[in-house]
Amino acid sequence: MAVAKRPLLSKTMRHLALLPFLVFALFPFYHMTLTSLKQDKELYDRHAVPLIIRQAPTLEHYSKLIWETEFLTWTKNSLLVTILATTASVAIGTVAAYALARLKFFGVSTFGTGIFVTYLVPTTLLFLPLAQVVNWVGLGDSKWALVLTYPTFLVPFCTWLLMGYFRTVPKEVEECAMVDGATRIQALWRIVLPIAVPGLVCATLFAFTLSWNEFIYALTFTSSSDQITASVGVTSELIRGDIYYWGELMAGAILGSVPIVILYVFFLDYYVSGLTAGAIK
Amino acid sequence: MAIRADEIPVSRGRPRGTARVSGWLDRERILGPVFVTPALLLLLLLVAYPFVMAVYFSLSNAFIGRPSEFIGIRNFVRLWDSDAFRQTFQNAFVFTGVAVFFKIVMGITLALLLNEQLWFKRMIRGAVLLPWVIPTALSTLGWWWMFNSLYSVVNWTGIAIGLMDPPGPNWLGQRYYAMAAVITVNIWRGLPFFAISILAALVAIPKELYEAAEADGANANARFWHITLPLLKPVLAVVVLFSTIFTFSDFNIVYVLTRGGPINSTHLFATLSRVLGIDTGRIGEGAAVSLYLFPLLVFVVWAQLRFVRKQAY
Repeated sequence: MAVAKRPLLSKTMRHLALLPFLVFALFPFYHMTLTSLKQDKELYDRHAVPLIIRQAPTLEHYSKLIWETEFLTWTKNSLLVTILATTASVAIGTVAAYALARLKFFGVSTFGTGIFVTYLVPTTLLFLPLAQVVNWVGLGDSKWALVLTYPTFLVPFCTWLLMGYFRTVPKEVEECAMVDGATRIQALWRIVLPIAVPGLVCATLFAFTLSWNEFIYALTFTSSSDQITASVGVTSELIRGDIYYWGELMAGAILGSVPIVILYVFFLDYYVSGLTAGAIK
Repeated sequence: MAIRADEIPVSRGRPRGTARVSGWLDRERILGPVFVTPALLLLLLLVAYPFVMAVYFSLSNAFIGRPSEFIGIRNFVRLWDSDAFRQTFQNAFVFTGVAVFFKIVMGITLALLLNEQLWFKRMIRGAVLLPWVIPTALSTLGWWWMFNSLYSVVNWTGIAIGLMDPPGPNWLGQRYYAMAAVITVNIWRGLPFFAISILAALVAIPKELYEAAEADGANANARFWHITLPLLKPVLAVVVLFSTIFTFSDFNIVYVLTRGGPINSTHLFATLSRVLGIDTGRIGEGAAVSLYLFPLLVFVVWAQLRFVRKQAY
């Protein structure tokens, strides 16, 4: 009995030690959710307890956000930009990664290093000159500017991640197919890509998440309220002068995170493996 | 799981024209460049070229809507003489140093805890990772509300448990508190990356090493310092280098929480660069500010390349 009890005790202690970390990680989300559900009366009562909802919760902030602001347009913009940029980047990244992992040609190692270097270049270093480029090509204040520029950080990322996956596919499988008469492209399409599906899923998920979360390009290259993304809309359009609509702000922050949270719940293990496969911002 | 070659469906007898093209594409020396061309063009036109432009801007008096002239390193000199820039320079190092330090210490602690037998392991891992996947600009809004001068839940709780005297600090309105606030949010958002990466390294350490050490009489403390930490070093190095770049060049948290205030006390390179380059239109100076990031970037890239080379080949 005593032997069985001790591990249980230490297991409990471990969970207790984890508790502060869990509170730290989750409390902001809890508090945001509460705020978004509180009536204004309770929200702005300085004597009310902020940690719980005492009065009847309300969806008023959500309905105001959806019907009285352009939140739906911002979300549509985010979706459009994210889907297009992700698709293009995964496609471009896949072929580049395959070439880097498998083929021998002039300049392959230089290009590999180049990909790695651009993978490390932070977006905050390039937003000023890119703003000029965007204006020159006539995409100033347009969501298409984001479709054009997001691949600059997504392609190096996808290429780097997929290179690792392609290296794990044994060369022999592919060579077998080619001995049997398949061309290299057929071997890639029918043999290598199906084996690399987990890598492709991972790259797609991360590309989707990175572009959904992107902020500085979206903030700098777009400004009209029919062109901006959800992150920019919620952070800049919901604050009028000195008046902050905290309920709507929190509702917007929560709804703007929903697509990512849905993906996250379904693909948690991919997120973990992607994080550990290669360092990711 | 061997795939037998004869099971692979292969179309035979293609028409001649296509045959010649795919024959060409079978040569690595041709297919390779064809495959990297889209990525190469993208990176040349939208990364390398803008970077060269940024360097040119920084050496010119570029101003929105006006032709620019080459003025040498005058922007860099003028910045160095300005109080706002010096403050930013100092902030960047304090912000990065403190945040990365706490992320390392808390990251190792959290990873060690997660590596033990736990109930609801998957759920706990998921919860710990969450701050890192939610859009930073949006989650920072939540922190903004938590640090609100009138309704701060942080202060309410602090007062309730007797840690603070009412009304508690005005987090975003006083300089050192504002810095503490932006650092806290950065740790919150960056901790999962450290914890999960370190956890992966911990899982890979062979159990036999610990058993042998225990047989030799090493206690938990000694085992941590003599086995765990030395074996974590390579991963720690990569994670720290990586995080240093992205903490140093952070934008979202400061932009949403303080806009660099009060009186420039939380500005980082990226936020100052934006204020100068976009809000006041002085593109040249803005570009010069962001290029102060460059030496650090070069160092980290150099260090990373050495590590990556060592591990991959």
